[in-house]
Amino acid sequence: MAKEKRIDPDELLASLEKEGHGKLTIFLGAAAGVGKTYAMLEAAGEKLSEGIDVVVGLVETHGRAETEAMLKELPIIPTKPQDYKDKTFYEMDLDAILARAPQIVLVDELAHTNIEGSRHKKRYMDVQELLAAGINVYTTLNIQHLETLNDIVAQITGVTVRETVPDQILESASQIKLIDIPPEELIQRLKDGRVYGAGQAIEALQKFFRPGNINALRELALRYTAKKVDRQLESYMRVHGIAGPWPTGEKVLVCISASPFSAKLIRIAKRMATSQNAEWLAIHVEPSLHRLSRNEAERDSMANNLRLAETLGAEIIGLTGDDIADEILEVARKRNVSQIIIGKPEHTRFWAFVHGSVVDKVIRHSQGISIHVIPGNQQEAGQSNKLISNRIKEDSTRPQQWRTLSVLPYVVSIVMMILMTLILTPISSFLGAVNISMLFLLPVLFSAARWGRFPAVITAIMGVITFDFFFVPPFFSFTVADVRYLISFTIFILVALIIGTLSDRLKKQINYSRQRETRVSALYALSRDIAAVNKLDIVLESIASNVAGTIEGQVVLLLPNEKAKLVLQKNSGSNDFLDEKELAVASWVFERGQKAGRGTETLGTAAALYLPLSTEQGVQGVLGIRFNESDAQFDPERIRLLEAFVGLAAMAINRIKLAEQANQALTLVESERLRTALFNSLSHDLRTPLSSIIGAVTGLLEDRNLVYSPEARKDLLQIILNGAERMNRFVGNLLDMARLESGMLKLKKDWCDLQDNIGVAVNRLGESLTNRPLDIQVQPNLPLVQADCILIEQVLINLLDNALKYSEQGSKIVVTTQQRENQLETTVANQGEGIPDTDLSKVFDKFYRLNSPLQVSGTGLGLAICKGIIEAHGGEIWANNNLLGGVTITFTLPLSNQAIGRVPVMNEGV
Amino acid sequence: MENTGPRILIIDDETQIRRFLRVALTSHGYVVKDVGTGKEGLDAIAMFSPALVILDLGLPDIDGIDVVRQLREWSKVPVIILSVKEQETDKITALDSGADDYVTKPFAMGELLARIRAAMRHITGDEEQPVLQFSDLSIDLVHRRITVDNNEIKLTQTEYEIVKNLAINAGKVMTHRSLLRTVWGPSYEKEVQYLRVYIGQIRRKLERDPSRPRHIITEPGVGYRLL
Repeated sequence: MAKEKRIDPDELLASLEKEGHGKLTIFLGAAAGVGKTYAMLEAAGEKLSEGIDVVVGLVETHGRAETEAMLKELPIIPTKPQDYKDKTFYEMDLDAILARAPQIVLVDELAHTNIEGSRHKKRYMDVQELLAAGINVYTTLNIQHLETLNDIVAQITGVTVRETVPDQILESASQIKLIDIPPEELIQRLKDGRVYGAGQAIEALQKFFRPGNINALRELALRYTAKKVDRQLESYMRVHGIAGPWPTGEKVLVCISASPFSAKLIRIAKRMATSQNAEWLAIHVEPSLHRLSRNEAERDSMANNLRLAETLGAEIIGLTGDDIADEILEVARKRNVSQIIIGKPEHTRFWAFVHGSVVDKVIRHSQGISIHVIPGNQQEAGQSNKLISNRIKEDSTRPQQWRTLSVLPYVVSIVMMILMTLILTPISSFLGAVNISMLFLLPVLFSAARWGRFPAVITAIMGVITFDFFFVPPFFSFTVADVRYLISFTIFILVALIIGTLSDRLKKQINYSRQRETRVSALYALSRDIAAVNKLDIVLESIASNVAGTIEGQVVLLLPNEKAKLVLQKNSGSNDFLDEKELAVASWVFERGQKAGRGTETLGTAAALYLPLSTEQGVQGVLGIRFNESDAQFDPERIRLLEAFVGLAAMAINRIKLAEQANQALTLVESERLRTALFNSLSHDLRTPLSSIIGAVTGLLEDRNLVYSPEARKDLLQIILNGAERMNRFVGNLLDMARLESGMLKLKKDWCDLQDNIGVAVNRLGESLTNRPLDIQVQPNLPLVQADCILIEQVLINLLDNALKYSEQGSKIVVTTQQRENQLETTVANQGEGIPDTDLSKVFDKFYRLNSPLQVSGTGLGLAICKGIIEAHGGEIWANNNLLGGVTITFTLPLSNQAIGRVPVMNEGV
Repeated sequence: MENTGPRILIIDDETQIRRFLRVALTSHGYVVKDVGTGKEGLDAIAMFSPALVILDLGLPDIDGIDVVRQLREWSKVPVIILSVKEQETDKITALDSGADDYVTKPFAMGELLARIRAAMRHITGDEEQPVLQFSDLSIDLVHRRITVDNNEIKLTQTEYEIVKNLAINAGKVMTHRSLLRTVWGPSYEKEVQYLRVYIGQIRRKLERDPSRPRHIITEPGVGYRLL
């Protein structure tokens, strides 16, 4: 039974996506001098002769003659000089290459770090941009520059390479050409001076080019390439649905901390994940108290580790919790982690005994998960110890600040001591030394709880001195007769220290929580502010002010205008830093959808940090923030908060845009519907009466033989009249509707007598009311109402017409009108079928026609016109089903407050 | 046989309307002349000396209202306006400027004929008749008595004045303005509400069904007519 070949949609998509991208070809070598650049140039030369557009972006010849010779054949894009620290460096001219848009560009030394002031920090980022623009790239790289292999290389050669390239670049490369030569040959080349110039060689040899080294590197390079081939094969198989070994569903979790040892753990995790084709997570757990005592260096280190993990493709999870082991295991269980990588602790057994070893706990509760414990070496332990000692040093220097801050604690302590002495001296014999010493603890406790460690210690010392001086024999001297008092003194100081430290910690935690709370509530405030708002301007305003307030900086919001060019929409405070250059950075961010600016690796010299406001629909705009504190190393907490803000902002802006679009779409749909209904109606309702008219008329006209009897004639003529009247009504309806819609309806208000209006309407309907009993009930002393009488008559006509149409011949119609509080209420009721309850409000829609067994003609506009007129008067109109069948339509008109006043008699004004 | 009936002048730019009016009116014994422009119309009034003019408001050269005004400077000939439904203000202005009555297009022939007769009655001198009869309604102008089905109805002075005015001009429309001016005085020309109140009262006294009046007919937006 064949296993189903499942085509992995992601892979397929990835391979398709690659089509639009430029292709990256990497010439990989074990070490410098194997001939990568040469091979690259050779390959380029071949392509050139095939007619493909190849240019040289940047090639380092290192003064090697052969390389230089090959270079001459190819078109070169000149490098861009960049000045830095009074020296001129030549970097690749990225914009020139983009502008030139060749098919292939040669970029040497992928791992190179660009000079400060360049767009990207690293050359591989430049290459990424070229690839994104669709340009194919040939580049060279040594195996030692690979991020994940960095530590292995360091182990092998004893040299830690600083310039690294993330593995992803290689994995996304479409081709890796391994340039390999036997080590002996390389060493020979070196000796012959074909690798480096004469003077350099010896040193290089000794340090790096030992045969053992070169062999090891070579093996690394070979193995890596082999693995890559393997993976490519697998990928190919998957894309084309070829059955094969599927990924095992492994998942790796690595626990990292601020320690630099974590970097090694991360790389190990990455290698493990890659070889098993597994996803991997990097988790860091901070015990809530621990966070507070971290210093700058530690925070930097942690940030670096996190960044490393992220670059290598890990999913980062950050948790706070006091029990590290618990948190780790919980995540592991939730995410179905199969392997955990954890570092062997540097703590002593004693420390572990006291605090509980995290590793032990994890191992004990790991259940089905494999735990890999990686030992650190002495060097690393030393490094992490250094960090700890730094921390202590910093803590101890901190009191310096406090001392200058406030003298209050010390003054109060002195006062307390004096008080104590005064109070206790008279009763000292009664109390005894023991009690007195206890009592002296009180100010120390107080001081510790109130002011912290250092004031507590000072108070303790003062207490000791006072106690000793006044209460310990020999009195009024600083000597101690009984050694046991020394124990008391020690206890004093210990108490002071312990409580003081606790108090310190507590205060810091409160501070921190408060900080955190402010930030979180800022986020909440923003989200609440913009959650329901539909006006773009208000939302932008909220975002700008909220972000500026919380992050403490100046914020600019840039959105694209109709020409899709970024334009400043909103700013908090001043935006004078936003010049041409800054705008260019912002535009770059907008196009690429990646953050750039101060504090990032791209365009880091900009004045502000720019973040793209991205949603699924693409980049909506750019948020720029210039921090008030000009120091660059940003609190990762702040950055995370900023990113959360940006996420919110992007969503809000997107939401408003989508709402607008939806609205427009709705309006369009609605007007489409109406237009269609109108056309259908026009066509039908005009042509139908016309056909009867023309039919009847032509019949009469062409009646040469006088076939028609007088009765028949009369009939036909009546038919013609009916048809014509129907058309007349229809045209009238259309005009009324058009006037209502266009807003041209001007109410000519005057005093109206509803009874009069009803009379007019009834009169107008004339013939159709024969055989229809009509009951008109008018309230006596009905007040006059301010309205446009003619329009009200039109409403009544339409309502009566409607009532007639939807009821049987001979059935009764009832019209009433009366005053209800400050309104005039009029009803028109018929007997017959009702309207389905769901349609009771729909009857007033344009072109709505009820499905009735009585063949009813009409446009479906009558009630809509009524509604328009009544509502224009400020009244209401609605329909109800009668209990005994039929429909009652009611409308109200507001009664004016103006009284008519006394109606004068005749001739008064003569 | 030559028609010796009263002469009617038709001023309307629509050929079809002139055509059918000519046919219909001639059949009823009138002598008809029709023209297409206001200028021609004014000339024709002078030359043709009609007993009645039917004037369309929507003329190409001169505004219908101006025709009426100009006409009224030197002629008392009765004028009936042909108007379209929406031209409320024009209608009223025309009536106040001197036109006697109006019909709204499209109109029924019977309506037009009735109004023609009503408009010409004045000229043909029926003024002397002391008792005006309108089916069950009877108005004795001399004795100032009004009866319905021979039952006397008591009206207040003002009510009577209104009825009288309508009756004298029976069949013709009386604009709000002219009624108000006549009964109350020139400064009350705009106080339509008085009319409403009084007409309501009058109808309740005189009409069999005040909600469906047969005698005192409302001309929406324009005025009242007694039939």
